[in-house]
Amino acid sequence: MCSTDERRPYECDGLSGYKALPGVVVLPDCLEQVCAVMRLCQQYSVPVVARGAGTGLSGGATPHPEGVLLSMARFNRILSVDPVACTARVQPGVRNLAISEAVAERGLYYAPDPSSQIACTIGGNVAENAGGVHCLKYGLTVHNVLAAEVVLMGGEVIEIGSEAPDQPGYDLMAAFIGSEGLLGVVTEITVRLLPVPPTAKALMAAFGDVEQAASAVAAIIAAGIIPAGLEMMDTPAIIAAEDFVQAGYPRDAAAILLCELDGTDAEVQTEIESVSSLLFECGARSVDIARDESERQRFWSGRKNAFPAVGRISPDYYCIDGTIPRRALGEVLLGISELAARAGLRVANVFHAGDGNLHPLILYDSGKPGEFERTEALGAEILQLCVRVGGTITGEHGVGLEKIDQMCVQFGKAELEQFHALKAVFDPEGLLNPGKAVPTLSRCAEFNAMHVHHGELPHPELPRF
Amino acid sequence: MSEDADSAVAALQERVRKAAQDGEGLAVTGGDTKSFLGRVSRGTPCSVRAVQGVVHYEPTELVVTVRAGTRLTELESTLAQSGQMLPFEPPAFGEGATIGGTIACGLSGPCRPYRGAARDFVLGVRCINGKGESLRFGGEVMKNVAGYDVSRLMAGAMGTLGILTEISLKVLPRPACSQTRTFEMPGEPASELMTSFLGRSLPVSAAAYLDGVLWVRLSGSEAAVSTAAGVLGGDREAEGDAFWSQLKEHRLDFFSHDSPLWRISLKPQNDVIHFPGKTLIDWGGAQYWVKSDAGFEALSELVRPYGGYITGFGSRDQGARSDVPQDAVLKLNRGLKAAFDPAGILNPGRLFPED
Repeated sequence: MCSTDERRPYECDGLSGYKALPGVVVLPDCLEQVCAVMRLCQQYSVPVVARGAGTGLSGGATPHPEGVLLSMARFNRILSVDPVACTARVQPGVRNLAISEAVAERGLYYAPDPSSQIACTIGGNVAENAGGVHCLKYGLTVHNVLAAEVVLMGGEVIEIGSEAPDQPGYDLMAAFIGSEGLLGVVTEITVRLLPVPPTAKALMAAFGDVEQAASAVAAIIAAGIIPAGLEMMDTPAIIAAEDFVQAGYPRDAAAILLCELDGTDAEVQTEIESVSSLLFECGARSVDIARDESERQRFWSGRKNAFPAVGRISPDYYCIDGTIPRRALGEVLLGISELAARAGLRVANVFHAGDGNLHPLILYDSGKPGEFERTEALGAEILQLCVRVGGTITGEHGVGLEKIDQMCVQFGKAELEQFHALKAVFDPEGLLNPGKAVPTLSRCAEFNAMHVHHGELPHPELPRF
Repeated sequence: MSEDADSAVAALQERVRKAAQDGEGLAVTGGDTKSFLGRVSRGTPCSVRAVQGVVHYEPTELVVTVRAGTRLTELESTLAQSGQMLPFEPPAFGEGATIGGTIACGLSGPCRPYRGAARDFVLGVRCINGKGESLRFGGEVMKNVAGYDVSRLMAGAMGTLGILTEISLKVLPRPACSQTRTFEMPGEPASELMTSFLGRSLPVSAAAYLDGVLWVRLSGSEAAVSTAAGVLGGDREAEGDAFWSQLKEHRLDFFSHDSPLWRISLKPQNDVIHFPGKTLIDWGGAQYWVKSDAGFEALSELVRPYGGYITGFGSRDQGARSDVPQDAVLKLNRGLKAAFDPAGILNPGRLFPED
């Protein structure tokens, strides 16, 4: 597709602040076509950006203005299901949820469940190493994908990973998953399927104090219980969600914890009892156990709709994706509120409490001059705070274009050079998704130079180059 | 301890820089308990043992950070004091085994199909690449997608990409209760029963078949284990823990047989594959241990239709008789090796033949 009207829908992904019209959009429908595109692009040194559903939040699929936007939308078939080995072979354009729907009649499902799972594709999940609310117990994409067929730059097709455990050589699957489309284009994927747990129960606890909620999370885990989901929301997020979907959340709580336990009936019953008494011991004001499936769904509806709910109370919002060691939660939340006050912006926090993945949502109005810039600056400061307490700038959304400068905070020169050397093994000319995920050393030199104030480096305790 | 470890790392960096200059191969070792694995590599011994100690352990975060030369037994007892464990149940193959060697070899124990492999629990590493640079990848958090997942790539790389100096691992609570059930039955129905566990919500944590007996371990809460024991039937085996530990460490009588030992990795299936010699089926059908004089080529012939892989597991020269990556994938493997170790000095030839 070459006309402006046809190219327009591809100008951005879920991070709509970054836009570019692709040079051309290509929609291959078979492996040979993907190989031909990759061969031609290599021959003429044309950049290639692969795209799934475009739901990513870091600009990983933002097009290159002089490049090919390779949409994998037509690769949308589930090729086979092996009910004995509990695996499925699928094309990359298959939606995440469609896999679970297709195998539901066999009592199986695909575990990683990013919040965009109705729309996002498994190919995009592989590129981003997508997580979800259940990953503390069931793992990320990297734990649930066994093998993949990959087209390399230049058009060569390889199979990486294996359905047999421990294939010879290096774990190329590990390198590929989360590589943000910089190493190759995935054309088939083998996923691991799990049995649907017979029982799932949810409970909701309200706290008058965020620190108490954080200590309750630690207490549950110290007791040897690994919940299927463990989510926290702060007051602004609670109120926004309650106004939107009436999930039954207490509006006056400083924090709520949602905890889901799954397994056999006997197991879940014992754990529900232990968890509720732990929650009370940690100072919970109230603990509600969902009486039935519809109440469980209602508890989750507030959390699952937290982003659109925040979207209703503010013209725009910007979602941050840092991970922190959980022990630093109090410090980080306090830090965020101080930074937000200084920037004159409001922040609502939702938190995958079990695994430390924090999503502060910065509320802003893109209509007001300068407000988006201030929002971006606040987001960057929050991510740097996450790194300072021993965390990371991205838990599950990827670096993309959005966090490329923060990579200079998290990694030193030698690590970045090592990343570039790894990339060059697969794509020596740097044609796959250029300018994303790993910054050039000169970009970092500029970024760090810009952030030197009064002759002092920010965060002097961090190693620098 | 921390200063000692820092200076030990600095000394290793210096050693690697010098070796890179001189083109001198280094044979990187921890406890030297798994030297029988892999291919023979040329190199001067270079020990990581001095880089030891638990750096940071917060049980409620489910994360431990430990220096590579720390003994596996020491780490496991530290975790046990807080009721936790390394979820992948790593084989040690000797008292001296270190956590660095354990991750570098990437071996996992009987629970692997149900809880995951060594690589699944690696969250971050510090390592020295072939240029002598000390690098840090990943971190101490469970979700982290900043940069390529180099930490996980190190698991099973046998020290050929970098010398591990520090590793952060996800840990899990030890199950409250464990029970082993045994079933006397022929191979075919045993194999079908084992593979069925993959699709059933049962707290199975190990399944193996040896000499006409199927061994199944159940682990979890008391309630979950007793319910599952009722569903499965079979006989309660009092010596279950000893069996799994001896299987993990290759101390069962099966392993003392004279013929060479082969590890065969397979996609789990209902069929039993018959190999010449003696066979122990592990990992619910995904891993066969075969004691056989038949030789690599003959076994290969049998495995090929099933898409499996063979690893010589008895001694160094047998290690050379293992499957290696093919063609384009081998080229990428060699490319990665060169990207991390341009002079080709870290355990040269240990994982696949040099160019």
